[in-house]
Amino acid sequence: MADIVIDRVVKEFGSFRALQEVSLNVRDGEFVALLGPSGCGKTTLLRIIAGLEKQDSGRIVIGGRDVSELAPRKRGLAMVFQNYAVFPHMTVFENVAFGLRMQKVTQDEVKRKVERAAALLHIEGYLDRYPAKLSGGQRQRVAVARALAVEPAVLLMDEPLSNLDALLRLEMRTELKAVLREAGTTTIYVTHDQTEAMGLADRIAVMYGGRIDQIGTPLEVYATPATRFVGGFLGSPPMNFIKVRCAQGTARIGDTALPCPAAGGEMELGLRGEDASLASNGSGIPFDVRVVEPMGSHLLLTGAIDGQLARIVAPPTATVTAGERVGLTVDPARLTWIDGATGRAVARA
Amino acid sequence: MSSRTSWIPYALIAPSVLFLAAFFLVPLVQTVWLSFSGDEGLSLVNYQRMAGDLNFSLAIQNTFLLTLVVVPIQVALALVMATMVSKLEKGRDIALWILTIPLGISDLAAGLAWLSLLQNTGYLNSALYALGIIPGPVGWLSQETPWSLFAAIAMAEIWRATAIVLVILIAGLQLIPKEFSEAAEIFGAQPWTRFRRITLPLLKPSLQSALILRTVLAFEVFAVVYALGGRNFPVLAGEAYTWQNENQNYGVAAAYAVLIMAISLAATALYLRVLRTRPEQLP
Ligand SMILES: Nc1ncnc2c1ncn2[C@@H]1O[C@H](COP(=O)(O)OP(=O)(O)OP(=O)(O)O)[C@@H](O)[C@H]1O
Ligand SMILES: [Mg+2]
Repeated sequence: MADIVIDRVVKEFGSFRALQEVSLNVRDGEFVALLGPSGCGKTTLLRIIAGLEKQDSGRIVIGGRDVSELAPRKRGLAMVFQNYAVFPHMTVFENVAFGLRMQKVTQDEVKRKVERAAALLHIEGYLDRYPAKLSGGQRQRVAVARALAVEPAVLLMDEPLSNLDALLRLEMRTELKAVLREAGTTTIYVTHDQTEAMGLADRIAVMYGGRIDQIGTPLEVYATPATRFVGGFLGSPPMNFIKVRCAQGTARIGDTALPCPAAGGEMELGLRGEDASLASNGSGIPFDVRVVEPMGSHLLLTGAIDGQLARIVAPPTATVTAGERVGLTVDPARLTWIDGATGRAVARA
Repeated sequence: MSSRTSWIPYALIAPSVLFLAAFFLVPLVQTVWLSFSGDEGLSLVNYQRMAGDLNFSLAIQNTFLLTLVVVPIQVALALVMATMVSKLEKGRDIALWILTIPLGISDLAAGLAWLSLLQNTGYLNSALYALGIIPGPVGWLSQETPWSLFAAIAMAEIWRATAIVLVILIAGLQLIPKEFSEAAEIFGAQPWTRFRRITLPLLKPSLQSALILRTVLAFEVFAVVYALGGRNFPVLAGEAYTWQNENQNYGVAAAYAVLIMAISLAATALYLRVLRTRPEQLP
């Protein structure tokens, strides 16, 4: 059992609050992706879990044991560093073997486990080389192999695939997921690549400005974002936000009246580009198309709803031209309502 | 492009090379020349006189013994101090500043300071006498007590010149990203293992520089020895001085100088070889 409980962790660098009361529970064997923009505190949180950084308050509990005060080597975890930290004076083999050597594993066992980890990350051809003679992506894979070789109960990965080309990243991602699932490894995986997070994770924790804005399954955070930030950060194109005014429980855009969860006030209507469809007769919400981009699988329409920028996804066969005004129909159940003042989603009525 | 860039580095270092040639190479060649010249042209007569001298083998022995004792202790001490200083979060600069004060003291002054401690009427004897440990003044620096004389010289040298090793090693430690040690710790390495398997190998280039510098200077040791022991403890540089000034024999003095240089060059070559860092192993 190696579940992780992060309990109201606060971290300050001088007067700057890098983490503000972050709480997160990761179940045994679960794969959680920490997703967020640069500088939001992902690495800081990971380093606190690992024990490389000391939290100012809060607790870290791993497998029921409070490790808040323990040295990193006593926490029973492995980590892939954002900047790899592959030992320059050791060969790739010795790098991957490092954790096993520390555990005093027998020579045969070391060889077997190193070779398995190396094969998994396709670095078996470089085992005798020194890291300086490897490309950035190869070095990064050495760092991942070093962490996998010790078969940890808890694995922390800080953007472990960021330096690989798209094809290799896709392949590694799939293999990593399979291996970690099979081994039942509890994993926290930092990334700012949302497709990676969506594809890999059992749950995604979206971080922003030192706090976790939302934690949920990929579908939950995608379809029902808890804040304006989450909606705008996930999805390509990102969620559209249209400012509307609610009065007597309805909001009006053009001729369309939409049921509003709040009685009145300034709201923002969150609309995913693919949740709107073109109305056949031009009725519905008016959308002024400015640019049409054929993406192959779909058309990406950029334009304005009620004078506000919006991006809509249309079927590739749709006949839309720039400058045209089309009508959009939306399913009210798939809309997100954001309180204009707080930026938080309002529960649907 | 490449033909143009290839001569630029040479042109840029030319002034310093010329400067060194004029003020270093010329006297060097002159010294070597002097050491090999006898009454009628080229000869080894100076070297024969040097080797035949009573103090010669003693000077060799003493210089090597001093170097072999002092340099390893200095490096070990500096490693410990550098590790501790670089762990300090506050007051690191002030600690470093205090630790490097001996660097600002000339070697003769350092020797005299230790002399005032250790001579017959020195502070050490006064303190021991006051405590009732000794009945009267004890000679620590005389010919009859070669080992305490040696210990005193070694101690003064260690006190005086450990800081230069410390400064080099601290600079080297600062160049090692902390992630390497952190990664080692995550993967279960104890502090001593981290030091031995991560820090020390990555510090090798700095260790090499420090060892070369300290060893070369140790073979040239003179002022501290002269202040504490006079000729009771002959060393190579001291013999060169004696031949030059007291015996007025510049040829033998030059032979000593060339010998010291040869030993230093050999030691440097040895360090360059043994502590070589292959380029692919650099961070
Ligand atoms: N040692 C430190 N001293 C001061 N501020 C720090 C320190 N480490 C991190 N920070 C600050 O804390 C914030 C979070 O940093 P962190 O490295 O956790 O971001 P991140 O989410 O990992 O970003 P990225 O995606 O770019 O890696 C940043 O604003 C950063 O400037
Ligand atoms: Mg980071």
